[in-house]
Amino acid sequence: MRWIWIDKFIEFESGKQATAIKNVSLAEEHLHDHFPGYPVMPASLILEGLAQTGGLLVGEHSRFEEKVILAKVSKVVFHFLAVPGDTLRYTAVIGSITEGGARVSATSHVGDRLQGEAEIMFAHLDDTGRAKTLFEPKNFVFTMKLLGVFDVGRASDGGKLIEPPGLAALRAEAGLERVQGSGFRVQDAQAEQRVQGSGFRVQDAQASTTDPPRS
Amino acid sequence: MPSKQEIFEKIRTCLVEALGVDEDEVTPEATLVGDLGAESIDFLDIVFRLEKSFNIKVPRGELFPEDILTNSEYVRDGKVTPDGLKQLRERMPFADLDAFSANPNVKDFGNLLTVQDMVRYVESKVGVAA
Repeated sequence: MRWIWIDKFIEFESGKQATAIKNVSLAEEHLHDHFPGYPVMPASLILEGLAQTGGLLVGEHSRFEEKVILAKVSKVVFHFLAVPGDTLRYTAVIGSITEGGARVSATSHVGDRLQGEAEIMFAHLDDTGRAKTLFEPKNFVFTMKLLGVFDVGRASDGGKLIEPPGLAALRAEAGLERVQGSGFRVQDAQAEQRVQGSGFRVQDAQASTTDPPRS
Repeated sequence: MPSKQEIFEKIRTCLVEALGVDEDEVTPEATLVGDLGAESIDFLDIVFRLEKSFNIKVPRGELFPEDILTNSEYVRDGKVTPDGLKQLRERMPFADLDAFSANPNVKDFGNLLTVQDMVRYVESKVGVAA
């Protein structure tokens, strides 16, 4: 299972704000345990989605040269429960950003209703051994493409967001090759092993790694 | 120009929000780390809040000189060298470094900065009404 708690970006303005959506579905297994007979989207995972929306926004600001980690949630409030069928709209706005880190204000909406709000701090990690083990280039690059950041992204000057130059190197390092059209293909068999180990069937894993994520 | 009291009150609000402490815990003598429980990421949070609240810029290392404390030139055997202390005094005229200088263990430094030091720092940035 990939730890991705947003489905796609619908707006991405470099250095300023980003909006992503998350569809809540009964096909998600965790909802059946949370709670049996009364499925609701866990607030902790909504917070994770808000942090992913903000974290990618903050990372893109430095062209992904900095390792961005969620460091602190200064405030988080939820106003009502999100249930299957809801589309959560996560908006993250950069309040402050320096070389040390960033502060992001994030909201979650269902339709026009404010569902949740959070203040999130991100820190930039230095490039030491610990930071390296925390970040796998493969996951990161894959996620960015999968979520369509570069399809909807706008740079701060209003132009189209372009892939950062370091992405090609990361892609090579991660063993990902570009598939015709869009998306990536995972070359090594280990990926399947990992997916298998985390509970998916191999057939599913093959389908998800050989099909381009977007057409 | 804000008064001393206004500066203190704004800083108190910043600290209450950033550290989740009660208003009455934020006294001028309270130390940020020891009494109010600030951790390293909190300093970044506090700096962002001060910048917004007072419309000032707080350059990295100015309020909390971590670069000096991690520089092997200024630290020997876990203690800040005389040169390092000189640097700290220049960098932090708003802080009382006398007690720290007597036994300058780096690990005790975090416990030095008080709310009052922060008030003096902001005063030096924005000026203060008589």
